[in-house]
Amino acid sequence: MTSKVKDRFIFWLMCGISYFIVLIVAYIVFDILYNGLPAINWEFLTTAPRSGGAEGGIFPAIVGTFYLVLGTIVVTLPLGMATAIYLTEYAKQGKFTKIIRLAIVTLAGVPSIVFGLFGLGLFVIFLKFGASILAGSLTLACMTLPIIIVASEEALRAVPKHLREGSLALGATKWQTIYKNVLPYSIPGMLTGSILGISRAAGETAPILFTAAAFFLPELPRSIFDQVMALPYHLYVLATQHPDMELVRPLQYGTALVLVTLILSVNLVAIFLRIHFRRKYKW
Amino acid sequence: MVDSVIVNTDFNKANSVLDLNSVNKVSVSNLNFYYGAAQALFDISMDIPQGLVTAFIGPSGCGKSTFLRTLNRMNDIIDNTYIEGKVLIDGQDIYGSETDVVALRKKVGMVFQKSNPFPKSIFDNIAYGPRIYGIKNRDQLNETVEKSLIRAGLWDEVKDRLNKSAIDLSGGQQQRLCIARALAVDPEILLMDEPASALDPKATARIEDLIGELRGDYTIIIVTHNMQQAARVSDFTAFFYEGNLVEFGDTKRIFTKPKIKQTEDYITGRFG
Repeated sequence: MTSKVKDRFIFWLMCGISYFIVLIVAYIVFDILYNGLPAINWEFLTTAPRSGGAEGGIFPAIVGTFYLVLGTIVVTLPLGMATAIYLTEYAKQGKFTKIIRLAIVTLAGVPSIVFGLFGLGLFVIFLKFGASILAGSLTLACMTLPIIIVASEEALRAVPKHLREGSLALGATKWQTIYKNVLPYSIPGMLTGSILGISRAAGETAPILFTAAAFFLPELPRSIFDQVMALPYHLYVLATQHPDMELVRPLQYGTALVLVTLILSVNLVAIFLRIHFRRKYKW
Repeated sequence: MVDSVIVNTDFNKANSVLDLNSVNKVSVSNLNFYYGAAQALFDISMDIPQGLVTAFIGPSGCGKSTFLRTLNRMNDIIDNTYIEGKVLIDGQDIYGSETDVVALRKKVGMVFQKSNPFPKSIFDNIAYGPRIYGIKNRDQLNETVEKSLIRAGLWDEVKDRLNKSAIDLSGGQQQRLCIARALAVDPEILLMDEPASALDPKATARIEDLIGELRGDYTIIIVTHNMQQAARVSDFTAFFYEGNLVEFGDTKRIFTKPKIKQTEDYITGRFG
């Protein structure tokens, strides 16, 4: 083989592999759309499931996932941002920050089912929250935290050092500098990174399996100590636990379509936010 | 260390006639500075007169910027730095335990080599400092912004677009904006770290004119790579080499009759 032929061959190989990935995504999306769209109607989106999930809709699961995500945001955003601000702005880089960073990386690598069991042990049993929105949100928050910290750190580091120096040289304190001349430019990046992390949490099943999700619960939750249905778990139940698989197949696809649409639209919001703020703040 | 003061005749301005027995604004004695284990400044002592322009010259890495940054404690923000010696400003040791760094930096303004306008409006850039000191009154802010921009010679160019982003200004305008921003907190000393090194000759000339206009009202200390610039704008010049202060005296004498061979070699372009 001449080197020229080899060059061509490598090019087409790489090209083919790249398009193959697009093909996989396209197939998944097409499959879900094709089979899921017929199941989508007003009743499906706004009513509770009936006769063990074989009929009716998925409204409680949509609401449940919404609450779980909301709870995750409330817990994880302040914690993650505060940690990132401490690590990038305040902490003296050394052994201690290395240990914190190692812990964050390790946390990011923990399998989601382990988070689920951890949440069961700590929040559900030890802290006596029971299987609830609170316990589920806290468990999802633990899982999302490393993503938010890393995204926030990146956003903070993207703000040039000379902006901090300029503010300090005017007599601003460290916190005034961060608050007035670093955070306004990094919040968009922090948010978009965080949204992507949280939208992943929205689709997780394992962490909420023992901590929040109910098999079948046609009522809506009244407090954060109530159990909820959730879209990913409902999908799991329909796909594996239902006695009549073929009967509920359209409902499985419908649920999958709703879940994917929700997550994709959240991601789209993040992307638009990023584009918008990139135009607003440039330096 | 300072020999006889010769008033710089480059500026035909009323304020050129200054008290020849000018008091020392800054007085540094036996200053050593370390980045970790590496010593960057060696036993520096010098007195900087009030209301005049003092230039620091020397080749890259000679410590002139590091020294400049010890005067408003900007080196504090770098991890693992260490300082010995005394820096007195108006007789007060700025490294003393009772010194308020925030108050010090209000008194000692700084302009950086790379102009660093904040990605905010022109107005918000200038009002940044006053707002930090708690001024909220709109009229008062308007007045400070206008005064500072006039003082920095930028008012006529920007008065119609104060709410536009400062990032869209030209390089020279940005640097004058940074000077105006520093002036807005009413400093007594102005540190300038190669303020014109990134500018074209015309914008550089404007900055140099501005230094001449501010001279007298502010004690100005300027680090520069450009020896002609030091000769044009300064009353006193200090030559640094490898972390040492080699020679310090009135600018005219330094550039015409340097006492030390190293200084002569540098200003005649034999090294650096």
